[in-house]
Amino acid sequence: MSIAQVEPRGARAPGWWGMALFIVAELTLFGTALASYLFLRFEAPTWPPPGVEQPDIVLGAIATVLLVGSSIPMIIAERGIEKGSVARMRIGIVISILLAIGFLAIQGYEYSQASFSWRTDAYGSLFFTILSLHALHVIGAILIVSWLEVRSFAGHFDREHHAAVQTGALYWHFVDVVWLAIFTVLYISPRF
Amino acid sequence: MLAAILALTDAACSGPGTMTSASGPGAHRISMLAVGMFAIAAFVFLVVICFLAYGLFHRRQDADDEAPNLEDHGGTRMVLLGGIAFPIVVLIVLFVITLVALQAQANEDTGTHVFTINVIAHRWWWEFQYPTQGIDTANEVHIPTGEPVLMEVTSTDVIHSFWVPRLQRKVDAIPGRTNEVTVQADTDGTYLGECSEFCGLQHAHMRFNVVAESSDAFNAWVADQQKAAPEPPPGEALQGQQVFLGSSCVYCHSITGTNASGTVGPNLTHVASRTMLASGTIPNTPDELAAWIENPQAIKPGTQMPASGLTPTQLRQLVAYLETLS
Amino acid sequence: MATATEERLEEIWGEEPGPVSWFTTGDHKRIGKRYIVTALIFFFLGGVEAALMRWQLAQPGATHLTPEQYDELFSMHGTTMIFLFITPLFTGLANYLVPLMVGTRDMAFPRLNAFSYWIFLGAGLFLYAGFAVGAAPNGGWFAYPPMTGPVFNPGINMDIWSLGLIFLSISTTAGAINLIVTIMKLRAPGMSLARMPLYVWAMFVTAWMMVLAMPPLTYANVLLQLDRNLGTHFFDATAGGDSLLWQHLFWLFGHPDVYIIFLPAVGIISTVIPTFARRPIVGYPYVALATVLTGIIAFGVWVHHMFATGLPSLGLTFFAAASMIITIPSGVQIFAWLATIIRGRRPVFTTPFLFAIGFIVVFVIGGVTGVMFASVPFDQGVTDSYFIVAHFHYVLFGGAVFPMFAGLHYWFPKITGRMYSETLGKWSFWLIFIGFNATFFPMHIMGLMGMPRRIYTYSPDLGVGGLNLLSSIGAAVVFVGAVLVAINAIKSLVAGPKADANPWGAATLEWATTSPPQHYGFASIPVVQGRDPLWEQPELASNLTLTDGREILGTTVTDADPEEAIHMPEGSILPLLTALGFAGVFVSLLVGAEVAAIVAGVITLAFIGAWTWRIGGVPA
Repeated sequence: MSIAQVEPRGARAPGWWGMALFIVAELTLFGTALASYLFLRFEAPTWPPPGVEQPDIVLGAIATVLLVGSSIPMIIAERGIEKGSVARMRIGIVISILLAIGFLAIQGYEYSQASFSWRTDAYGSLFFTILSLHALHVIGAILIVSWLEVRSFAGHFDREHHAAVQTGALYWHFVDVVWLAIFTVLYISPRF
Repeated sequence: MLAAILALTDAACSGPGTMTSASGPGAHRISMLAVGMFAIAAFVFLVVICFLAYGLFHRRQDADDEAPNLEDHGGTRMVLLGGIAFPIVVLIVLFVITLVALQAQANEDTGTHVFTINVIAHRWWWEFQYPTQGIDTANEVHIPTGEPVLMEVTSTDVIHSFWVPRLQRKVDAIPGRTNEVTVQADTDGTYLGECSEFCGLQHAHMRFNVVAESSDAFNAWVADQQKAAPEPPPGEALQGQQVFLGSSCVYCHSITGTNASGTVGPNLTHVASRTMLASGTIPNTPDELAAWIENPQAIKPGTQMPASGLTPTQLRQLVAYLETLS
Repeated sequence: MATATEERLEEIWGEEPGPVSWFTTGDHKRIGKRYIVTALIFFFLGGVEAALMRWQLAQPGATHLTPEQYDELFSMHGTTMIFLFITPLFTGLANYLVPLMVGTRDMAFPRLNAFSYWIFLGAGLFLYAGFAVGAAPNGGWFAYPPMTGPVFNPGINMDIWSLGLIFLSISTTAGAINLIVTIMKLRAPGMSLARMPLYVWAMFVTAWMMVLAMPPLTYANVLLQLDRNLGTHFFDATAGGDSLLWQHLFWLFGHPDVYIIFLPAVGIISTVIPTFARRPIVGYPYVALATVLTGIIAFGVWVHHMFATGLPSLGLTFFAAASMIITIPSGVQIFAWLATIIRGRRPVFTTPFLFAIGFIVVFVIGGVTGVMFASVPFDQGVTDSYFIVAHFHYVLFGGAVFPMFAGLHYWFPKITGRMYSETLGKWSFWLIFIGFNATFFPMHIMGLMGMPRRIYTYSPDLGVGGLNLLSSIGAAVVFVGAVLVAINAIKSLVAGPKADANPWGAATLEWATTSPPQHYGFASIPVVQGRDPLWEQPELASNLTLTDGREILGTTVTDADPEEAIHMPEGSILPLLTALGFAGVFVSLLVGAEVAAIVAGVITLAFIGAWTWRIGGVPA
């Protein structure tokens, strides 16, 4: 994705609109992924299939708190740069990244502990594919905001000029919010 | 112009796959829907063409004025009447006849059937199992005329579609799923069936015949098919049986009454009773059969059946044997 | 006789002639032309594929082609015409026209625009590489598994197809986002939504549909790749998967895609007809609303491609109803065009107008057979026969290629600065119109006579030999007609008479620029007071010249009130390099070189980093 070279003055920059539309496409992608999961789920006689355990909801809940919680320092970062505080922006982004790395670590632990893989059956294929798809998006979001962090040291952002920060943060929030839908479908819904 | 479709189709209704020369309740329904909808479609088309022709050629007062006409703000009523009211009326008619036909179809499938046939699609041939009668045959399915038979359609490999144009609608043969369709023929005869979902190299040669016959003839056919293959008479045919049982044929084909019990290819217990070979590709004559066994790839490129590698003598003996399997 | 303003603008917006700008340009006009020419080359290739198939089918039992060759030809014919010809062509036309029609100087994201084109070119070459390595895609354009899965199609053929389409979706999505933002934010002052040209409305809805329809296709292809190469079981019924999942996902894209193809075409028709009927379109708000409704309902009809798969009848009834309702917006548009012709002045029978009329005739035939397919039992009878081949060629060739020819002739003077030959144009129209009907009308009958689609040969006993021969002759006539269009274009480009700024006396803003337009498009940003500015406002010029730098005007979304001057980037080589990086990733995935794919991915990220380095921050 790219962001147009604009000088933001009050109105949302075209780049922000571009990112918003990109997120619409991404939401459709995740919507499709979750719809595929539910489609196969409601065709199966038992779910998860016999011999496969429910995903660990406690671990999943901790991961959820970390990832959704990472939006708070990101908001602090945005507010900071809007008031001209590059320092607050930098600290907010770093804390957000650390929380997201914590989320990924829990995911990695869960992968390594699972008694099934994506090759086992369609349930395994769905579970690992959707989680991996989301994990890739988390990594993408980390790369985006890391790039903003690097650019902040080159003096790219100030009170007047920070459309890229708003745009990157928008993507960050999207990755967090979409996780809630994934958590609901993959961790909670099979229990009912 | 659209009515011409029907006229031309009727003119050419000698074809073995012509849907409008329907011979079963399923195909009659489709045919009647087609006639009704073609009439409506032709009417809609004519309305549009009349408006268009009038618009293009009607005499205008200010014929030479080339400046754009910015004064006229009318015409909206025509858009609303022609573009909304007119289609709604037509669509309601279409929807009602669709619902009626759909209901009739559902009633037929949930109604009583004289028996069930399992239709199993393979790349690229059709297997027909009669669980009640204990018959397993291929590419030629017999049914009693005038009686509804339930076909349960599935596939062992890729998606195919089961279609007898003059008898009934299509149903897809999907691995892991079973779809049902009622098949009934009004008159005795042989009806062409075809695969109608692209399924790979030999989708074009995946045909079958539905033979509808009187219940006496049908019962006689069933009795024949239930018999095991007879021991061949001594001579070429008996030698041919040795060739068959001693070659790779047995890995794929079954002949009841012998050790051959492969299930990959068609059951050959009564192969000589069928009119066509290789899923409707060639007529079932000794010469064609020999050519087919010698090099199936020349006749049906891509077929799962490999060349046999038999000597001319063995081939002659094998054909003599297979010809006894009536 | 350039004014000082024009000289200054040329200095800001002009490009060095020569090979460098060829690779770096972000000019929407150059990129648009590139899209159009590339898409037309793919049109030619798809046409050659069709011609070869018609050669094979001209007689029963012909053996000109092997089954494998035939399968590859129809797979690539469908894939080419849908993904590499018509959508990119309409994207290119919109690229050229939308900024001019809304009265701005470029697309919102010029570099992203260049990037979209390079990706399209790369994905097209990627898909066609199959022929070069002797393994072209062979699973049909909707590629139903399990036939396209690892067990029944182990070759590289379908990997090329599915990776190629994932690759292409990057271009389509980026291009669509670019169009939406351009239309939302860059319209000339005064061009509120209610004054937007209908072509722009059509492209706006189309672009939204692309954004929402591509992800299901991309996701389906990702799953197919995982099934094929990593051992997952999404479409494998023996391990809890279901091949119908593919069909749902594919048609969730595939049916909206029919309208992604069709809506730009109706946008062209709604532009061409008022120009030659010499009056504003009748029922503008209804046509705009119909466009939007079509876009919405199109997402609710996908199951009518699956009526023979054995779904429960309640679902069938719902999708039958939805498939019927979607014809109402089309009805509104057709009667708006008819009313415009009837209430207009004596029509001017130019080549674009003839193609528009031809479109109405053939599209109505395709439309009425389309409604028949909504009737479930009829659909179950004729689907997957030649009847449906006839139907969708009436809708897609009739509904999109006729309007495309209308549009290409209509805007030829604007884009090239030359007039085409009306005599040749009319010849090509009649050849294409007659040839088209001779090719596809008999297919209705072949279908009713029991000829299944996608068979490489047929038996004489089916009785369709004569009709097939007629169809093949018709195809040859269409081919000649299309070649005549090309001859006309080349001849006119070299020796056609010079075109005025507004040779048709049309109403939309693109005709306010010179033919062809200058790099900067408009010397001053027009201020619009109505739906047909060139008819209503003899004097368009404003004082909004924006000569301080490479600037365009941002306006508000609904009312197009001026908001801010937006600084636009210069051309850059980075979009091309980034596209090459993506190409590296996809080629590596195709040949199974994971390490190379990761290396290419990191390089691509580095290019994206360089590209975004100065964006959205303190100006350099």
